[in-house]
Amino acid sequence: MKEFKILAVLVVLVGALYYGIEPFAHSVMHPEVAPANFAFDDLKNVDTSLKGNVDNGKVLVEANCIACHAIEAAGHLQIMSNADAAAAYGVNPPDLSSAGRIYDKNFLANFIYNPVAAMKLDHKYPVGGAKAFPMPSYNWMQPQDIMDVVAYLQSISPKVTEDKAGHEATFKAACSRCHAMKYGTLEATTPAETLKTYLGTTPPDLSQHIKSRGEHYLHSFINNPQVLLAGTAMPRVGLTEKAQEEVIAYMEEIGDSKKAERESVGLWVMGYSVVFALLAYLWKRKIWKKVH
Amino acid sequence: MAEFKKADSMLEWFDQRLGVVKFAKVMMTEYWIPKNINFLWAMGVLLSVMFAILLVSGIFLLMYYKPDVNMAFDSVNYTIMQEVGYGWLFRHIHAVGASVVFLIIYIHMFTGIYYGSYKKGREMIWISGMILFMLFSAEGFSGYMLPWGQMSYWAAYVITEIFGGIPLIGGDLVVWIRGNFYVADSTLTRFFMLHVLLIPLGILGAIVLHFYALRFPHVNNVEGEFFDFDEEAEKYLAGKHKESKVVPFWPVFLSKDFFVLGVFLVFFFYLVFFHYDFAMDPINFDKADGLKTPAHIYPEWYFLWSYEVLRGWFFPVGPLSGKDLGLMAFGFANAIFLVMPWLDRSPTVKPANQRPYFGIWFWLMIADLMVLTLFGKLPPTGPNAWVGFGASLTFLVLFIALPFVTIAEAKKAKGK
Ligand code: HEC
Ligand code: HEC
Ligand code: HEM
Repeated sequence: MKEFKILAVLVVLVGALYYGIEPFAHSVMHPEVAPANFAFDDLKNVDTSLKGNVDNGKVLVEANCIACHAIEAAGHLQIMSNADAAAAYGVNPPDLSSAGRIYDKNFLANFIYNPVAAMKLDHKYPVGGAKAFPMPSYNWMQPQDIMDVVAYLQSISPKVTEDKAGHEATFKAACSRCHAMKYGTLEATTPAETLKTYLGTTPPDLSQHIKSRGEHYLHSFINNPQVLLAGTAMPRVGLTEKAQEEVIAYMEEIGDSKKAERESVGLWVMGYSVVFALLAYLWKRKIWKKVH
Repeated sequence: MAEFKKADSMLEWFDQRLGVVKFAKVMMTEYWIPKNINFLWAMGVLLSVMFAILLVSGIFLLMYYKPDVNMAFDSVNYTIMQEVGYGWLFRHIHAVGASVVFLIIYIHMFTGIYYGSYKKGREMIWISGMILFMLFSAEGFSGYMLPWGQMSYWAAYVITEIFGGIPLIGGDLVVWIRGNFYVADSTLTRFFMLHVLLIPLGILGAIVLHFYALRFPHVNNVEGEFFDFDEEAEKYLAGKHKESKVVPFWPVFLSKDFFVLGVFLVFFFYLVFFHYDFAMDPINFDKADGLKTPAHIYPEWYFLWSYEVLRGWFFPVGPLSGKDLGLMAFGFANAIFLVMPWLDRSPTVKPANQRPYFGIWFWLMIADLMVLTLFGKLPPTGPNAWVGFGASLTFLVLFIALPFVTIAEAKKAKGK
């Protein structure tokens, strides 16, 4: 029938146009990047097959880390206010309670060994450069000691629930020393001006990044910011795949809180439209029978 | 005053006072439409429905939107999208509707061109239609600024900047449009006014004019056939429904349109709920920042072709800079469709496939517009710039050639 031919021409033209200005144009503007790597196997300074000793780890952490880091899960509360801690170190050192859970084991061990390399911030803190990273490298520690620290951190990490509260806890531990989440009424624990001095730029509020960047981008970006924003001041944070999924889930729960409602209402409205179209078709047939 | 007898029914009561029976006849049951039309003639009704949908969803948005650079972004993305019950629904319908309405407008326009529905008495339909197109463009542009995201800001910046190229008054004109030296709060508040008051009023008026302009020449049909509507209407009224070449607007014409509308709505709501990125650009979920230029700035898809006509001219010719040439081409592109009835010099009203030269011209024009649209989005670097230039030049050549093409066609037809 003639009308189907016309419809086919329309569909082909509109489809080609859509393909050109959406998927194709976006693939040109945003080329694919290397896939996320959750093994962090570019980091090889510490032999992570060594079995850690929790008791020795506790001693080492208490001697080396709690001067800067709070560890609430082990009873070490934060000594300074957020602002004071931030002023002292440039950025508020995160509470390490959940470090053993959210950071990948290989990343964490190598981070303790050499934070700048693990975070891929060598461009900001070149060896022998004027600026020093606020956290010292523990490259003088024996690999066994480092694995003891890791084992201890893993042993104290509290479990979190698989829900919004749990996702929020992961986000707070991993991101909120730098990023605010206004729509979730979370402020960054480091004051904005301090961050600007420390990072050279103010980290954005992440309330709408699930929409502006999308899950696909975040998946690669959080895993390794440098592949998408070469030279950026945002560190590679070293989350496990699961912790990263929790962070993204939280970003979606805050930034796109009506998603579930949208998808269920959507099906109903489309169903209704189909019924409307069918009834309209029957009515049209009835009426046009008389005139054709 | 006429004598009023007591009414026996509510209908009669209203009829005595407002003449509703006569009115319904004139507007609906005895408003005649040719029988020989296809679903492309349903686009006008689709547009009317889309306009109603945009108006209603817009009114809901207006209850919570705040036209202030410090509040606009959050009022949309937090208050409306997440706090107000079904606020997200109204926003999605409004934003996606504003984009899809242009798809339908373009189909409607090109249907008119394909079937020659703009000439031999239908010039005012065409001109009122083009006025609607311009008003809708202004409405789309001003509306896109309101959420105050990065693309709102930078598209507004780039497009207002275009006026700076106009000789002598350009610089002042840009400041006058923006209400400031840069895109600022004053720009937002005035575009807000335009978007929610002045342009919608203009659109309502233009729709009335468009419908009125349809009354005398009547709607065209798939063969471009001219016939006596009064005669055909009499046949219909005498009960010869099958023989008559016309059908009444209500219920016959609309029953078909409702079906087309139903199919369209399934597609529309699919986009609204599940596939809205093309209309709600992700970059616009970043708040406007005048110090941070996005890597790629592009207008909404329905402006891409004219944007590319502008951008295609990237090198100077003689004393004219690329910018001047682009601006001239852009002005040409935006005005040329208006005079379509006078560019087509052939008196034939027939679908393009029955017109030897015009048929070729039509498809070349469609192809060129598609190339322009695609390259309007791609970064204008390397070979892309040259394709853009070629397509922009082709556009100008096509329209300059149209009178000659159609004169030649008319001669050929006579020679036969
Ligand atoms: C001199 C203060 C200081 C000491 C001592 C210190 N840190 Fe840190 N640490 C910091 C600061 C500051 C940051 C945040 C740096 C940043 O984000 O740029 C940090 C970040 C971290 C992170 C987060 C890494 C990530 O990927 O986000 C971990 C884990 C960590 N430290 C573990 C330790 C451990 C374990 C020790 C002891 C062996 C330790 N730190 C000792 C200051 C310190
Ligand atoms: C040490 C501070 C710091 C930490 C910790 C941090 N970020 Fe960032 N982040 C930044 C900075 C600085 C930028 C701005 C980067 C730029 O524009 O170059 C940024 C940018 C971003 C962006 C925007 C990227 C873009 O395309 O513009 C996202 C998304 C993001 N961060 C997510 C996260 C998430 C999720 C976490 C926690 C897992 C996190 N960040 C932890 C400092 C940080
Ligand atoms: C929102 C905007 C518009 C609305 C609501 C609208 C509505 C309508 C309606 C209801 C009809 C009669 C039915 C039909 O042929 O589809 C019509 C016809 C027509 N419109 Fe529009 N229209 C709009 C925009 C335009 C534009 C932008 C143009 C192009 C410049 C245009 C050109 C025409 C022409 C040429 C006809 C006559 C078609 C024929 O005779 O076959 N209209 N319009």
